[in-house]
Amino acid sequence: MSHQSESDEKPEESRREFAKSTRRAFISRLGMASLLASTGSVGPVLGESLKKEQSLSSESKDTIPVSLRVNGKKYDLQIDPRTTLLDCLREHLHLTGSKKGCDHGQCGACTVHINGRRQLSCLSFAALHEGDEITTIEGIGQPEKMHPMQTAFVECDAYQCGYCTSGQIMSAVALLKEPCGADEAEVKEFMSGNICRCGAYQNIVAAIQKVREGAKTG
Amino acid sequence: MKTFQITRPRDDGRAIAATVKAKTAQQGADIRFIAGGTTLIDLMKLNVEQPQNLVDVNRLPLDKIEATPDGGLTIGATVRNTDLAWHPLVRKNYNVLSEAILSGATVQIRNMATTAGNLVQRTRCVYFRDTSMPCNKREPGSGCGAINGFNRNLAILGTSQQCIATNPSDMNVAMAALEANIHVRGAKGERSIPIGEFHLLPGNTPQRETVLEPGDLITHVTLPPPAPGNRSLYLKLRDRMSYEFALASAAVVITSVNGKITRARIAMGGVGTKPWRSTEAEAELTDQPANEAAFRKAAEAALAQAKPQSQNGFKVELAKRCLVHALKLATQNA
Repeated sequence: MSHQSESDEKPEESRREFAKSTRRAFISRLGMASLLASTGSVGPVLGESLKKEQSLSSESKDTIPVSLRVNGKKYDLQIDPRTTLLDCLREHLHLTGSKKGCDHGQCGACTVHINGRRQLSCLSFAALHEGDEITTIEGIGQPEKMHPMQTAFVECDAYQCGYCTSGQIMSAVALLKEPCGADEAEVKEFMSGNICRCGAYQNIVAAIQKVREGAKTG
Repeated sequence: MKTFQITRPRDDGRAIAATVKAKTAQQGADIRFIAGGTTLIDLMKLNVEQPQNLVDVNRLPLDKIEATPDGGLTIGATVRNTDLAWHPLVRKNYNVLSEAILSGATVQIRNMATTAGNLVQRTRCVYFRDTSMPCNKREPGSGCGAINGFNRNLAILGTSQQCIATNPSDMNVAMAALEANIHVRGAKGERSIPIGEFHLLPGNTPQRETVLEPGDLITHVTLPPPAPGNRSLYLKLRDRMSYEFALASAAVVITSVNGKITRARIAMGGVGTKPWRSTEAEAELTDQPANEAAFRKAAEAALAQAKPQSQNGFKVELAKRCLVHALKLATQNA
């Protein structure tokens, strides 16, 4: 059994889930985990040690072949069908720039471009994206050759902790091609799918406007 | 999340064949079509939906928007919400639809979500989404946690003793006011369903939300030609300015001549268990002068049957004011 299948729930997610859960749900999960451990099938809430054992074999009858094109490179993978595009990018392709915030399509930290449009990689399965052109923050720019939006984020101090930043930048880059009006209110509306818990919104808007104005005059 | 198989049928015949053996096309379906996935995958992560088979319809040729010979519009099932909202013919002839879609979710989600997916979008009721809570929609017979629980954002129209869950869609409200027809291909051939008959009231079977049966594939939606000289808009009231579901919303399509309303189509969102067309409000408005008194009378008629719950009584007046204001905006300077 591959470790890929478990990438849907990372330890921090599990903790959050457990904190929310009732005692009954908690116990039923423990029951499920022990059942799964004994049958060797896939479980979403298993411990690290079991994950490591299972990761030794990369293929099993529960995985499927998926070919993805990410940042111009083709990858042939054998993954659990449950693998979200986000988990696939992070855990299988080790493109960890795309972040997992809420994992339910509410925060935007996982934003990537699919065929040129920004989408939420946590709300889609990797297996649905054969033939698509996927671009992550790693494909937008690199430290030695940054995208103008990345430069503007640095110059405008458009982040604090940085966790939401790659998603913010992916949205901001896509916004440049979207029918977004010139004023700040419109930018804020177009960026409303990206939450920043540090509250760097003013500077994020400033960075976007800087690039837009630069693009206009340049 | 339970594991599943994914198939990608080459054509809609195969897509239908792949789903026709499902036990149900409603809550808890064992076989599901998947397109944008923005609702379904979210619910699968919550174990609210546990399909064993997903039939990927993203590659079927159902993604076109085309004018119909009679001046109406055909919208393919997998047209993304973004493409529908910004399409020149929609902007020109069906402003209410464009505004409704753009008022919902975010750019990222609208880039993924499809026309058909939005039609079958599931409620945001927290009891439905939490498997440790009772919910007659998710688990028939388990009770309704919302009726004496957290119901501030839930429905006041079309509710039952079993369920008070709101239909969360903005697009559906506009579609209701535009009298859209939903075209379905299934095991028994093709049929067209007026949107007013597509969604079901919860009654004693809240797990059944639409008339869809196993194998039924929504292929496209048609809009009738725009009423000559109409003005339409969508007004949405919510707890924050963006990325929030409606507490109350109004889709209005109004034709007025010399300050008199000659035709009105009214639907409301955020208040109903289904997209809430109000023929009562329409009747109150037709042949009336376009003034506040007439708007208020229409709003009273629209909400006459409202049954507020313990926390959402404010919605009755909010919905009325929402409709009155939408009507004002749609008729000013006309």
